[in-house]
Amino acid sequence: MAEVKFVNVKKIFGDNLVLNNINLEVKNGEFCVIVGPSGCGKTTLLRILAGLEDVTEGEIYIDNVLVNNIPPSKREIAMVFQDYALYPHMTVKENMSFSLRLRNFPKEEIKKRVNEAAEILQIKHLLDRMPKQLSGGQRQRVAIGRAIVRHPKVFLFDEPLSNLDAKLREEMRIEILRLHQKLQTTMVYVTHDQIEAMTLGSKIVVMNKGVIQQEGTPIEIYKKPQNIFVASFIGTPTMNFIKGKIILENDKTFLIHKEKKFFIPSYSFPDYSKYNGKEVILGIRPDDIILDESKIDKENAISARVDVVELLGPRENVYIKISDEKTICATTHSFNIAPHTEIKFSLNYLNIHIFDPETEKRIN
Amino acid sequence: MKKSKIKSILLHLLLIIAVVITTYPLIRIFSVSIRPGDRIISTDLSIIPKGATFLSYIKLFKETYFIKWIFNSLIITLSTSLIGVILASSAAYSFSRYKFFGRKIGLYILLFTQMVPAGMLILPLYLMIMKLNLINTYLGMIIAYSVSSLPFSIWILKGYYDTIPRSLEEAAMVDGANEIYAFYKIILPLSTPALSIAFLFNFTMAWNEYLVARVILYNPKSYTWTLGLFELQGQFITQWGMFAAGSIIITIPVLLIFLYSSKWLVSGLTLGSVKG
Repeated sequence: MAEVKFVNVKKIFGDNLVLNNINLEVKNGEFCVIVGPSGCGKTTLLRILAGLEDVTEGEIYIDNVLVNNIPPSKREIAMVFQDYALYPHMTVKENMSFSLRLRNFPKEEIKKRVNEAAEILQIKHLLDRMPKQLSGGQRQRVAIGRAIVRHPKVFLFDEPLSNLDAKLREEMRIEILRLHQKLQTTMVYVTHDQIEAMTLGSKIVVMNKGVIQQEGTPIEIYKKPQNIFVASFIGTPTMNFIKGKIILENDKTFLIHKEKKFFIPSYSFPDYSKYNGKEVILGIRPDDIILDESKIDKENAISARVDVVELLGPRENVYIKISDEKTICATTHSFNIAPHTEIKFSLNYLNIHIFDPETEKRIN
Repeated sequence: MKKSKIKSILLHLLLIIAVVITTYPLIRIFSVSIRPGDRIISTDLSIIPKGATFLSYIKLFKETYFIKWIFNSLIITLSTSLIGVILASSAAYSFSRYKFFGRKIGLYILLFTQMVPAGMLILPLYLMIMKLNLINTYLGMIIAYSVSSLPFSIWILKGYYDTIPRSLEEAAMVDGANEIYAFYKIILPLSTPALSIAFLFNFTMAWNEYLVARVILYNPKSYTWTLGLFELQGQFITQWGMFAAGSIIITIPVLLIFLYSSKWLVSGLTLGSVKG
């Protein structure tokens, strides 16, 4: 177990600034998920931590030891690759024991550790097979097994589930979570899938364009996104953004978008007076749009026309046209809304997000 | 059903014709090699001639340096092939995995050397070997052959390494190996198909080579078999029986090596290592 620390890390490939001033601390035993769209630098960050890539500037610490100049083999880390990277000419057992054999572990110890890992991952019956005889899910288990036998200080996962089908991905997600609970080792996990990030991480780091946009617990990231990028990246369906002007009317604050007036209580936007007359962006998650007539804020309800209704099994996505160019999405479990009908809705004022349109930063 | 049967018959017919065309000369040479001396230039087409005898074979071994020629050829060929594969495997790895100054140009130069006809290289090769004082030596021949076969082997191996995912070496490095160990333990075992192709190419090239050998070797005792067989061709009389017997014997090593290495020539060894 160990702490991981990035201090002012910069990485430049040719003329490309891939990582810009990354400062990040992953605590002992923490499951840190780095999430972001492709090309955001998350895999580079992981490869730098593994030692497979040099840093241009900055320092990396594992267990308080500066590892900038330490080769991957001496960093006491284990990595699970996106494409599994199993050695094709070795059996599962040989694959798993490769690192231990390299370190001249006694035979009994190797056997014990391989069996232990195989037990945890339920691959004991596959130990004598070759990688090509395994299914995708089994290969991924072997790749994880190869990491476990090492008893490393830090586990690194590079999009390990992205090559699996949806059902298997779900299974493996739970498996990895269980593994973390059992081993309590520091894990750094890279993914572009925000659902994976939300479900696995005890800490989420959202990255974009080589910069950390926000870090925090999954709930913090979901409930209080610090900028428009994080707000739109985390959560499905995506958060709705409504641009409008703030006005004060009879001591009440409203956001005016076209002819629609969205009431914004002062407790959810304490700085409202500073923005009086200015444009802001209101963010509201589809789950926070109230369509249920019994719960609606009747006084400030907004009427609009339903455009499309999308049935998703346990719930529906209702697309509501609030102006000619703007459609927002709401979710409901009531199944009584038909397309092309007039409805009324209000917002869940506790979960309103307001952003500055210029800086795109959160202002409430 | 009927259509596929006709197709199969036609296909087999075609294959049989191809087999006959390719094996017929070999069979004829064999039949010449076992003809008795007085019937060497007969027009008889029977495979086993009347009065068949292995006298030509016995004479070949007894009256010429044939065993020595074969031995010379084997030493030169095996050394060339091994040196070629060892050097090419590491050179190709650098070309495949590292970015360095002159990498691209280097690859093109290697390719360019393959476009120069062998005849053009004979004089410079001869001068080079002579300056090194290696005329009429094994080493001189091995250097001359390696120089001409290395570029091809490097290209073949480089192409093959390019198809092996980098993540395999990275996994090995994270597992505790250094780059040389990862190359030796992971990349080389996976490259056996390409290594055997390079080895076979070097082997057949060096085994059958005549022109360079003609220039570098002058002592009949240090001849390779290609030069040796031509020794049998006199100004007034050519000993066709021994010539044919020699030709049959020299196919055996190549045949054995092809048969042995055919099992390494299977591709798809990397199947299952990474998602594909």
